[in-house]
Amino acid sequence: MNRIASFFKKSFLRNYANYAVVVLVALVFGILSMTGSLKMGNQFLLEQIAIAALLAVSLSMVVGFLGELSLGHAGFMCAGAYLGGKLAAAMTAASGNQNSIVTLLVACVAGGCAAAVLGFVIGLPALRLKGDYLAIVTLAFGEIVRNVVMNLPMSWFGGTLGLETPRFDRKYLFVLALVMVLLCLAVTQNLIRSKHGRAIISIKDNEIAARAMGIDITKYKLFVFTVSAFFAGVAGVLYSYTVSRVQSATFDYNYSIEILVMVVLGGMGSVNGSLIAAALITFINTKLQTVLTGNLAVLQNVFYALILITIVIYKNAPGLKGFREKYNLNTLLSKLKKKPAEEEVPHE
Amino acid sequence: MEFLSALLNGFSSGGTYAIIAIGYTMVYGIAKMLNFAHGDIIMVGGYAMFVSLMLLNQPLLALAFAILACVLLGITVERLAYKPLRGASSLAVLITAIGVSSLLQSLAQIIFGAAPKMPTRFMINGTVVLGSFRINYSTLVTLAVTVVIMAVLTVFVKYTKTGRAMVAVSEDRGAAQLMGINTNRIIAVTFAIGSALAAVAAYLMLMKAPTLSSTLGAMPGIKAFTAAVIGGIGSIPGAMLGGVLLGVIESLALSVPKLAPFTDAIEFAVLVVILLVKPAGLLGKARREKV
Amino acid sequence: MSERETILKVEHLAIQFGGLKAVDDVNLEIKKGELYGLIGPNGAGKTTVFNLLTGVYKPTLGRIYLCGEQIGGKAPAEINRKGIARTFQNIRLFHNLTVLENVMVGLANQIPCNVFESILRLPRHKRSEREARERAMELLRVFKLDAYSDYLAANLPYGKQRKLEIARALATNPKLLLLDEPAAGMNPNETQELMDDIMFVQREFGMTILLIEHDMRLVGGICEKLTVLNFGTELVTGPTAEVLANPAVIKAYLGE
Repeated sequence: MNRIASFFKKSFLRNYANYAVVVLVALVFGILSMTGSLKMGNQFLLEQIAIAALLAVSLSMVVGFLGELSLGHAGFMCAGAYLGGKLAAAMTAASGNQNSIVTLLVACVAGGCAAAVLGFVIGLPALRLKGDYLAIVTLAFGEIVRNVVMNLPMSWFGGTLGLETPRFDRKYLFVLALVMVLLCLAVTQNLIRSKHGRAIISIKDNEIAARAMGIDITKYKLFVFTVSAFFAGVAGVLYSYTVSRVQSATFDYNYSIEILVMVVLGGMGSVNGSLIAAALITFINTKLQTVLTGNLAVLQNVFYALILITIVIYKNAPGLKGFREKYNLNTLLSKLKKKPAEEEVPHE
Repeated sequence: MEFLSALLNGFSSGGTYAIIAIGYTMVYGIAKMLNFAHGDIIMVGGYAMFVSLMLLNQPLLALAFAILACVLLGITVERLAYKPLRGASSLAVLITAIGVSSLLQSLAQIIFGAAPKMPTRFMINGTVVLGSFRINYSTLVTLAVTVVIMAVLTVFVKYTKTGRAMVAVSEDRGAAQLMGINTNRIIAVTFAIGSALAAVAAYLMLMKAPTLSSTLGAMPGIKAFTAAVIGGIGSIPGAMLGGVLLGVIESLALSVPKLAPFTDAIEFAVLVVILLVKPAGLLGKARREKV
Repeated sequence: MSERETILKVEHLAIQFGGLKAVDDVNLEIKKGELYGLIGPNGAGKTTVFNLLTGVYKPTLGRIYLCGEQIGGKAPAEINRKGIARTFQNIRLFHNLTVLENVMVGLANQIPCNVFESILRLPRHKRSEREARERAMELLRVFKLDAYSDYLAANLPYGKQRKLEIARALATNPKLLLLDEPAAGMNPNETQELMDDIMFVQREFGMTILLIEHDMRLVGGICEKLTVLNFGTELVTGPTAEVLANPAVIKAYLGE
């Protein structure tokens, strides 16, 4: 009995609690929305949270688990938004039904795949370049995508005016977006908690040792970049449904950095952390926007920058190592539990 | 003729890129970090010039003031944000630098507002006419400033004690420390030089186009960083070469109507291609990890 | 004894960095089940030989045959899959993985299960995970690390980290195991324990082992054959006792 109880406590909660939370949010707010008692502002907020969650969780695959810094995530989103948006617009024009779930799904798959192809292409330099070099190349790629999409002939993607895309009924869009988040979570977690996930983490920890253990670095790097880009593309398609016009200026490198901030604040390498950070930051942003207006709106960026700098220094500064070990959450918790870690050390 | 004038303009804007790129490359070589906020130091330099111009009404004094402000800012940022992270992962340092960049931009926007300022006093108008060939004064000034800075810097690195200490620190920080070099001081000096160059770059930019906003340094910063990487980051001649190369490519792309809108994409594509062929850049040295 | 199958044959191996010949004309022949030592003063090129054998560097000249197949110049991961596993002088464990998971990474190519089977959680995923866990635990038991299986590798004591590296290398099911200074930084008790472990691996797994070591007690105690490197070239090769008594070897170590 005890065993079963502890199984539920530990592994079950740890593995499936996040699905449960997302499902619960989708159900509760979905029902509220259908009965008409959810304000439009909150529907909008939920859409934004779902899109941010998709972006953050997918980026965490590359940054948190593979250990490569990507500053071009918004570029994948851009590709998804334009290609998926274009397809959705064409299908909607043909069927006349802008709330077709089939159209939305087809657009998501198409936009995701377009982004995935780009992700694969960006994965190629990742095989040769590391660290800061790769970071600048991903940033460059993102800007290239944006620049090219904007300057293609008007008839393709609307040029500088942007691409007109269909709108989906606000009542349901966020529920569908949350379903996509679930899918992304499932893929990410199942990947990470498998031998492939271990291989990916081993590449981050020590690439030379990973090679020596026979790990196919090429395969895993390309795979992670591709899958990560796919979900960013899906996020782009969903985004295209929330606006009447997709504009390439949205997807500049600052957007990529915003997503990166979520992953970093979520504690890199933690799917739930990324999820929570995405939801929290989006929530606070949206709420602050109503309070801070004009030049003060920038004040929130000041706070984020300061928080980001403080957290990164706190978590990484070599000089603060002793402090960190003394006061980290785990040691404090284990003190509370009155079960010091030393007791568990097996005897020789 | 058109090609020639595009080429000359390319050298000129390439000079500005080179001056910014030198800041990136020196900091990278010596502190082993990508100072993402370097572009925003340019912006701060721009505003410092703008403010001191209003107070003193003297463009050159304003430049001196901006240099001072940037040097102080560069050293302070290094001290507060980067120094604690010495020895931490490059990812952590880069993210902190991104934070600093965003902080500077937001602060500037709060203080000076979102609407761009137009300090036209910095503009240098007029052209020199050589037969059918016209050259802007600003182009000539940029070229002259670039050449002087490059010469001074080369002499400084080669023949002064501090300059040679910088080379030593960039080669092997641990060994330099053992030889009695105060690496913290050298890193601070590097940031100071880079920041001073950023202020000069701000002047050159406002001289051509007097539009000052909180994002003044963002794109030029990224392009210049691209130039530094193309040239081989850590190498000062590499930064000069990369900067000029990027300026020329940009200017030539802009002069062809069909290509002009894709200028950014072309420049970044050049970066990607060069890095794929030479992962350490044109003049960079590949470092192998000891196994 | 002499009819034992040759596992590794190295012919005229050389590598040059710039103008420096780090390794020059090194020849080795290692038979199945042999415990072979590669010794020499600091900077003699021992680790460079390991890096050549495992594909970290590509040889400038020479050939490397593993069970008759030329593997010189191939990529590290491919060489590992062909049957050479190694440990590192400066320990290279996966710090964000547990002790058990470190060994499971080594097993990755032993137990088939592709990415899609894992993402879709198909039956083969579950089976392969269970099998990997069991086999990894077995290996940990050999090195008495099983009690630490849930620890993060970074939190293991130093001596145990070295052992974990050996367990992880064995997990890749190699034909030849390369140990780079396995006793570095160990105290005499730990070294003794390590010697027993290495002999156990040789005996029970029928493993062929090539090791680099400075501890002459270890080398003299367990190696059957030695090659001495000096300034990148081969100084002497022969049975352990003979080599250690060779005046040229003593001179290389102690100087004039």
